[in-house]
Amino acid sequence: MMRHLISAADLTRDDAVLILDTAEEMARVADRPIKKLPTLRGRTICNLFFEDSTRTRISFEAAEKRLSADVINFAAKGSSVSKGESLKDTAQTLEAMGVDAVVIRHGASGAPYRLANSGWIDAPVINAGDGTHQHPTQALLDAFTMRRRLIGRDAGLGQDLAGKRVTIVGDVLHSRVARSNVDLLHTLGAEVTLVAPPTLVPVGVGTWPCEVSYDLDSTLPKSDAVMMLRVQRERMNAAFFPTEREYSRRYGLDADRMAKMPEHAIVMHPGPMVRGMEITAEVADSDRCTVVEQVANGVSIRMAVLYLLLGGNEPAVTNPSSRTEEK
Amino acid sequence: MSKILIRGAKVLGGEAQDVLIDGETIARVGTGLPADGATVVEAEGRILLPGLVDLHTHLREPGREDSETVLTGTRAAAGGGYTAVFAMANTFPVADTAGVVEQVYRLGKESGYCDVQPIGAVTVGLEGKKLAELGAMHESAAGVTVFSDDGKCVDDAVIMRRALEYVKAFGGVVAQHAQEPRLTEGAQMNEGIVSAELGLGGWPAVAEESIIARDVLLAEHVGSRVHICHLSTAGSVEIVRWAKSRGIDVTAEVTPHHLLLTDELVRTYNPVYKVNPPLRTERDVMALREALADGTIDIVATDHAPHPHEDKDCEWAAAAMGMVGLETALSVVQHTMVETGLLDWAGVADRMSFKPAKIGRATGHGRPVSEGEPANLTLVDPAYRGAVDPATFASRSRNTPYEGRELPGRVTHTFLRGRATLMDGKLA
Ligand SMILES: [Zn+2]
Repeated sequence: MMRHLISAADLTRDDAVLILDTAEEMARVADRPIKKLPTLRGRTICNLFFEDSTRTRISFEAAEKRLSADVINFAAKGSSVSKGESLKDTAQTLEAMGVDAVVIRHGASGAPYRLANSGWIDAPVINAGDGTHQHPTQALLDAFTMRRRLIGRDAGLGQDLAGKRVTIVGDVLHSRVARSNVDLLHTLGAEVTLVAPPTLVPVGVGTWPCEVSYDLDSTLPKSDAVMMLRVQRERMNAAFFPTEREYSRRYGLDADRMAKMPEHAIVMHPGPMVRGMEITAEVADSDRCTVVEQVANGVSIRMAVLYLLLGGNEPAVTNPSSRTEEK
Repeated sequence: MSKILIRGAKVLGGEAQDVLIDGETIARVGTGLPADGATVVEAEGRILLPGLVDLHTHLREPGREDSETVLTGTRAAAGGGYTAVFAMANTFPVADTAGVVEQVYRLGKESGYCDVQPIGAVTVGLEGKKLAELGAMHESAAGVTVFSDDGKCVDDAVIMRRALEYVKAFGGVVAQHAQEPRLTEGAQMNEGIVSAELGLGGWPAVAEESIIARDVLLAEHVGSRVHICHLSTAGSVEIVRWAKSRGIDVTAEVTPHHLLLTDELVRTYNPVYKVNPPLRTERDVMALREALADGTIDIVATDHAPHPHEDKDCEWAAAAMGMVGLETALSVVQHTMVETGLLDWAGVADRMSFKPAKIGRATGHGRPVSEGEPANLTLVDPAYRGAVDPATFASRSRNTPYEGRELPGRVTHTFLRGRATLMDGKLA
């Protein structure tokens, strides 16, 4: 395993499958009456959030607590880019406090990479979303969700997503979720198609390991999973598309469109969903939509990542207490 | 005044000759000149160039003396072989009045390391709305001839047209920082494959090219001359080439870093590579080199942009844009242009001294190395090899992208009107 998790592109196929398999083990803990492992007892993890994201922070916090780590939540709201020194200063403070890992969310692309590579701090850095760059644990939890739904919980162990066809729809240009998923799904052998209006497709997309289409309807019948991205309403003012109505007519997922998908195909969304524009309530509430599972799977994936980055080389759940006592 | 004999230097890279400096001027050029009590500088194997002239330097004074002052900036210039620099107007306060340009001019005189020719702002406060008092700045003691809102683009076509027309009255030139502001909102780096991957806001080439296209047409329409700052794209080169072929009076500059570095380096997210205009692609770099060689791009200008450490030691998005360049410019040009066979040393003298002096009307600089001329000279050891060490910089700032990188060549001596400002690699 690597030392930091900055980008989904840094993961090899074997790394990724190991994380998914470990997450399956972690998921079993959630089924127990006491949802806690002693694995990271005595370790301190800081959740360093320069950008608001209650969902992601709570998910990491739940994962950390289930592994018995001590958790420091640091919200540096508003100070991210206003003064350049803040990230470095904060990092050095955490270093002085002896934290064992930093989970960072930042509005600026590359901030976690800088944190991990500038000598400001020694601890492993886990990217919890940076600007429009990457959100690797989101991609992992999405892949985990796909593997469970499309292959099976037990049948999926040790497997990648070879041959699965995944369609990602919406604001690809501003989406770290899309970037991370393209990287990871490609590594796992899936075929990815991005669907968006041309204004929301990045300029350099031709070099990405995926297909690009402007036409959702022709892509749906060939999809095993359709991932809807959130479209922020402020994009409308920046002339990325004419109106909300036109966007949802061309790129929104409603029941009629869902009917064009193969029967086994699932609908995914990284949340939070804004029902209406990109996805109708009917689709969001159908049992083909995995949004709620994705949330639960997020905790398992983050437990797996933290466990593996903080030194776990053996199976995570089997007899964990004896191993932590040795350290 | 003392005499200095430079012995056996290749003048403009040509034949080895002796050059005798007497007082402020070159007294003799020849072979076997007697020392005759003069201080002798043994210069065998070295290249003697006219003192370099930088049409695009940020000296930061007044207002950002923590980054650079006129004194530290001109010391850096002397260390890089420059005898004249044009100081950009984006200071605090902005150099948009006779008072501020005279202050900068006076500080340059007092420094004694390098002539400082202030550039005046085109518009009040660099706001792009109202013309600054261009005539008053020209008539001031500073005698401003170059006007620029550098750092910002004069994007209003009417203001640009008026500026181009107005400076005709006194032979001035408008130097444009070509950057269409709407197309570069939120821009962090070159728009392309790398920006898409890194999730950094893209700075499309067309944002530069569309302004250059507009401005050369405006210059043609009003019959004025325009200078384009720091070209960075292959498309910009094509537009300038086309404009020149049409007889439009346009000149253009390229920075040393745009001749060497590409946007691939941004993958490190190291803000030392964050610069405006941004580093482009390999294809752009090659087009810029060719254009400098064939004369489409007239000159090399450093865009020396000093920033204190804390403005760069942070995340990419928060970092200031710019690099220092005065002390490494000649090495980068030797590396990218001379050692690739694109330009000989006479060509370097042309692009780094004769032409920039001519564009900026710096009459005492960019003169031939011949008898009776002012002794503004630079001596280069082209055989030197060494890693760049920012700790040795005279500039107050250290934001160089070349730290630890091996670059050829070293300026050993700089003479400003016969006085050594740099002697054996040490500032005098
Ligand atoms: Zn500029």
